[in-house]
Amino acid sequence: MINKVYDSFDEAVTDVPDGAVIMMGNFAGPGGFPLNLCRAINAKGVKNLTIIANTAGGVGLTVDFDDHRTLFENKQVKKVIAAFPFSTSPSRPTPCEKQILAGEVELEIVPQGTLAERIRAAGYGIGAFYTPTGVGTVVEKGKEKRTINGREMLLEYALKADYAFVRAYKADKLGNLIYRGTARQFNPVMATAARVTIAEVDEIVELGQLEPEAIVTPGIFVQRIVKITKDEGFPRHLERSFWVRPGS
Amino acid sequence: METRLTRELMAMRIAQELFDGAIVNLGIGIPTLVSSYIPEGMTIIFHTQNGALGFGPVVTADELEEKADIDLINAGGQYVTPLPGMCFFHHGDSFGMIRGGHVDITVLGALQVSEKGDLANWMFPERGVGNIGGGMDLAVGVKKVIAATEHVTKKGDFKIVKECNFPLTGKECVDLVVTDIAVIEITAKGLLLREVAPGWTPEDVQKLTEPRLNIAPDIKEIQF
Repeated sequence: MINKVYDSFDEAVTDVPDGAVIMMGNFAGPGGFPLNLCRAINAKGVKNLTIIANTAGGVGLTVDFDDHRTLFENKQVKKVIAAFPFSTSPSRPTPCEKQILAGEVELEIVPQGTLAERIRAAGYGIGAFYTPTGVGTVVEKGKEKRTINGREMLLEYALKADYAFVRAYKADKLGNLIYRGTARQFNPVMATAARVTIAEVDEIVELGQLEPEAIVTPGIFVQRIVKITKDEGFPRHLERSFWVRPGS
Repeated sequence: METRLTRELMAMRIAQELFDGAIVNLGIGIPTLVSSYIPEGMTIIFHTQNGALGFGPVVTADELEEKADIDLINAGGQYVTPLPGMCFFHHGDSFGMIRGGHVDITVLGALQVSEKGDLANWMFPERGVGNIGGGMDLAVGVKKVIAATEHVTKKGDFKIVKECNFPLTGKECVDLVVTDIAVIEITAKGLLLREVAPGWTPEDVQKLTEPRLNIAPDIKEIQF
């Protein structure tokens, strides 16, 4: 009997140790961000974390909310691997920015496409790959460069994590996941690339309630599922569909 | 002092580069304005790096209550509207589309553009830090890269330069530069001045451009 469902977020993160490497879905706002898993880690207080995400927290462009900025505020982070780590307003630095500039947190900055592909490679057993992104820029430093089919490319290595905190829309009890709109972003690639993937979802449904054709993340990648029960503090419209039929 | 084009007029000129059925990714700022000036009857498929193709216009202030949804945003964090034929995909696919040469046009901001088409747009050296985001992937992957920028900085420093001294986003990646006074094509033979803003001469534009400009034989005024 397979049961991946956990009753609470705190229970789902019980075994996360100090020094864990954690990936989180994240892009410009709360859509697709594992808010409750992040809160649970913040409450747990584990330290010396390596966080892999698009931003380093505090760079929410849609609504203001407690993203992984809280982990930096609470001095839980040792290293961050991100594509967009700094505030867009130099006059309003984020907690992470201050810690990076003070040498308290180590930053590895990675172009966003390279970040997605490094994570995907880790999930799919690819050791490393060549990409043209970053040739001739600071990103090139220390990396092997090769000309392939007449184009210079950089060697980039797979990037995996201990835990992937994934935000999805619905999960069935096998961990098959579907997403909603642009909240999908990094989540499906991150779901493949960690030893333990925990999915934070709006709804958990019975087997057979998700159409096989519609499943985006096969449950093979998912180890734990937790349903969101608390109001998140900003408007959700799950009753609205983004599917515009012809003639409407 | 000659009048320079407003951001809206620059966006209007950039929109002339679009073609029917084009797949277009727009950066934040002036680039976003381009979506307001799509020619009548032309179908443009917008791509956003955070995983949507074929979405519609940005939700206006009066529509927020009815239409804004945190699960439907563009890369600039603006709420957008759904259209028939829209699709969603994850980041691996999104950047696969970008890096794999499937997106036709991108319009990006620029801090500097060099004579060879090098682009610098992610970090001010004096800040010491910056955000790369998706810019480096867009610069190398998209078929046509259009840089939209004021021609010189507020202090009057060159932005179109012989060599960028700001950290690069990409090498030899810009195809066209549209500024508030000119339209310049990057060619194998150097910069080619194609159009000037109304009231500006090629000499005026050269004074504000560090590398030598080749003047197109059919050079004309920017038309709207």
